[in-house]
Amino acid sequence: MKELIVHTGGLSTTVQDAGRDGHYALGIPPSGAMDQYSLRVANLLVGNDERAAALEATYIGPRVEFTDDRVCAVTGADVPVSLNGDPVESWRALPVRAGDVLSIFSPVTGGARPYLAVSGGIGVPEYLGSRSTYTLTGIGGFEGRKLADGDRLPLGDAAGARAAGREVPEELHPALPEMPEIRTVIGLCSYRLTSAALDSFLGTPWRVTKDADRIGYRIRGGSLDFVEREQPHGAGSDPANVVDLGYPVGSIQVPGGDEPIVLLNDAVTGGGYATVGTVISVDRDRMAQTKTGDHIQFVRTDLEGALAARRERSERLQRVRELLGA
Amino acid sequence: MATIKSTMPGVCYRRPAPDADPYVEVGDTVASGQTVALIEVMKNFSELRSEQEGTITKFLVEDGEEVSIGQDIAEVGA
Repeated sequence: MKELIVHTGGLSTTVQDAGRDGHYALGIPPSGAMDQYSLRVANLLVGNDERAAALEATYIGPRVEFTDDRVCAVTGADVPVSLNGDPVESWRALPVRAGDVLSIFSPVTGGARPYLAVSGGIGVPEYLGSRSTYTLTGIGGFEGRKLADGDRLPLGDAAGARAAGREVPEELHPALPEMPEIRTVIGLCSYRLTSAALDSFLGTPWRVTKDADRIGYRIRGGSLDFVEREQPHGAGSDPANVVDLGYPVGSIQVPGGDEPIVLLNDAVTGGGYATVGTVISVDRDRMAQTKTGDHIQFVRTDLEGALAARRERSERLQRVRELLGA
Repeated sequence: MATIKSTMPGVCYRRPAPDADPYVEVGDTVASGQTVALIEVMKNFSELRSEQEGTITKFLVEDGEEVSIGQDIAEVGA
């Protein structure tokens, strides 16, 4: 029987893979692991294709029981992990047998989202080319929802999985700083902000509110002024409104001038709020590991800076692949 | 003196609904596993339970206050 038995689902645990790309124009966001680096490293540790489906938890992880011989690995947030009650290390391949129980406890001590990869991958059916869960419309993943106690998750064939006993050294874990710097390309609608407001946006330490999930992060801490104008036909009356546009994944909108929202993997794909900047894809991984109550600082970069950051992450992943012989 | 700690960040409420009575008051006895507060985060409301039995001697947060992971919510005496 190739199943993973969910004893407890945790706070909000979903099946996620590298994402459901290619359907944005239909209003379907990519979903997928919020912290792509941690997902990929977890998969590499257990010998999976690095884009395979794994479990993403937030704050409180699941407790799961294995029903056959597998290799698993936990990456992402710093969190106590135990196997049959004994503490085990994250960022390491862990061989498990039928009946073994892995627990990802609270509290997370750094970051927000742990990832659990299992050799063979989580074998839920693909939907539009991805196994990622998109809970707003209930597609993908396990029945389109977060895991519940008693669920039985199908697992893929583990035959291709490699031997366990390998680990990823700390230098290749993501940094989890007290106040992460989030590199941001300014635009598309930053022309709506006064220059003082743009400076203020970049100079403010923004606090993550309780409304911070896979859809987006609401942040607070400042108030931004918009350039006065007569609103064009089709734009709403809020100075933060523009004529509808497509929202880049990672874009930051500022309803009312004081309620910025960073749109993330499960966000709406378009609308009528001015997007003043876009978090670069690499730093969406960092956003994923910030939690309610944390502060973040936006740092201005440009397309070249974003591409350089992407290259740097690719090189880090390549080092992990070489280290693990993947 | 033991404390009940929040297992997640969010907003802490002492009652299950705005017009309901508090789960527990100072001076009440609680059983292990009994709910003492509600934590709201990511549009989820999760019950915070006492890990031990005893008497609630003090609440350390206000109703509706934002709390961090591991923050002390209430004191439990023997």
